Amino acid sequence: MTSKTVSSSVYGWVDDRLGLSEMAAFARHKTVPVHSQSFWYYWGGISLFLFLVQCFTGVLLLVYYRPGAEAFESVRQITFVMHFGWLIRSAHSWSANLMLFAIFVHMFSVFFMKAYRKPREFGWLSGMALLGLATVFGFSGYLLPMDELSYFATKVGLEIPAAVPLIGPAIANMLRGGPEVSEFTVQRFFALHVVVLPAVFLPLLGFHLWLVQRHGNAVPPCEEAKPASERKSIPFMPGFLRKDLAMWLISLNILALLASVFPWSLGKQYDALSPAPMGIHPEWYFMSPFEMLKLLGNWLPGEFGEIAGLLLFSAGIVLWILIPFYDVEREAGRRSRAAHYFGLAAVILLLATTAIGYWTIR
Amino acid sequence: MSTHIVLEEPKPQPVPESSGEATTRRAFLAAAGAAGLCYTAALGYPIYRYLASPMEMASNATAITEVTLKDAQKLPTGSVLMFKFGTAPAMLIHHADGKWVALTAVCTHLGCTVQYEPQADRIHCACHGGVYNPYTGANVSGPPPKPLKLFKVAVNDTGVDVSRA
Repeated sequence: MTSKTVSSSVYGWVDDRLGLSEMAAFARHKTVPVHSQSFWYYWGGISLFLFLVQCFTGVLLLVYYRPGAEAFESVRQITFVMHFGWLIRSAHSWSANLMLFAIFVHMFSVFFMKAYRKPREFGWLSGMALLGLATVFGFSGYLLPMDELSYFATKVGLEIPAAVPLIGPAIANMLRGGPEVSEFTVQRFFALHVVVLPAVFLPLLGFHLWLVQRHGNAVPPCEEAKPASERKSIPFMPGFLRKDLAMWLISLNILALLASVFPWSLGKQYDALSPAPMGIHPEWYFMSPFEMLKLLGNWLPGEFGEIAGLLLFSAGIVLWILIPFYDVEREAGRRSRAAHYFGLAAVILLLATTAIGYWTIR
Repeated sequence: MSTHIVLEEPKPQPVPESSGEATTRRAFLAAAGAAGLCYTAALGYPIYRYLASPMEMASNATAITEVTLKDAQKLPTGSVLMFKFGTAPAMLIHHADGKWVALTAVCTHLGCTVQYEPQADRIHCACHGGVYNPYTGANVSGPPPKPLKLFKVAVNDTGVDVSRA
């Protein structure tokens, strides 16, 4: 037997059992639309790539990280003792930030292309859930080094659930593992960050990706208005895949550059008795909600303002999540325009409150 | 979905390639391969060094040639003191006749830590029953293929210095 007949019989054996040729046929026939807004199609893939980087660098950090009372010491060891530990930690932090940025771009592009409409409602909902989980990943991971900044960030961040009437303090205590942020907090945040969140995130991500295969890429309304004969697309294999991988390579290069040129710093070990450092502020992806709550608090002082702020803020998020059920008509009608303006308002509000937040740090 | 235009990828020409095209394709593949190797090395090297850090620390520790055991001169006769020589366990025995002996405590069979038994006057490995002579480290019976290594011992007023023989 020649090597060709051997390989084809091995392929036949595996194909009979796993249906490889069906998958290959699916991949061959899969197409991706081409139009002026095609650029935005890459951002889901970029988010996925950065998530894979998170998993990989996270496992490497897990090799030396020790939660609990030794948390700071082990991160100090990773950063200053282990060869290239600083680089792996820096890559993990940078890709976390870049991933959240890519997810935000992906979300807004989906919003403005109205890609959440029938039959893609579940894609939007699962995507929002993934974004929510990603911010919890960010919040829980931020505490793990147990330096000054992470200590105070967690202390302040847990005041938000604590403000919920009646059950708030109990929730905050449950998350903290006691009345104060301590080694118990870092231990449970660690369990959350490396076991619970991945266990929830991965199946949801699988569902999200399966939906993309099932429904294909949505086209924006301007493209949908064209007759079918004027619409263009390219095959997924190899054309779009090649471009997708090129974007991954660009992302990898940007990440490598940022992680090595701007290594993530490690502050002083936390000390429950030392005052909060000057200029402390939330991470950029929490800056906007933080600032909104602060502004509302100034406007409506007291406990009433706090609760009203939380309510208003939650209502906005719920409205955002439920947009596929409000903006349902294909034709450009009043509701469609309203959804568009809602999106614009959200972008302006996010950017403005983030800018005010950074402006007023000092 | 089926009615719209699918832009076809340019198909490879069925006509025989000119030698120029073959060279550029070969050059492109070589460049792409070289770039791929560079990336693999640039990612692999830091990851390897990161994971290998403890091995390097251990090899620094095993490079030591002498250990000072403070106050070990007070060790009563017929007893043993376990200590670390570099990263590996070792034993200092003060024999009933007053002799001092220091040996590695790692069985030469499968690496278990051995123990000194003063009443039987032997060094015994509990894992597979290996027996060594407590004065010379010679393998007396059981599976061990080699003797335990002896260290040089110098006893003074403040402690015991153990060094590589």
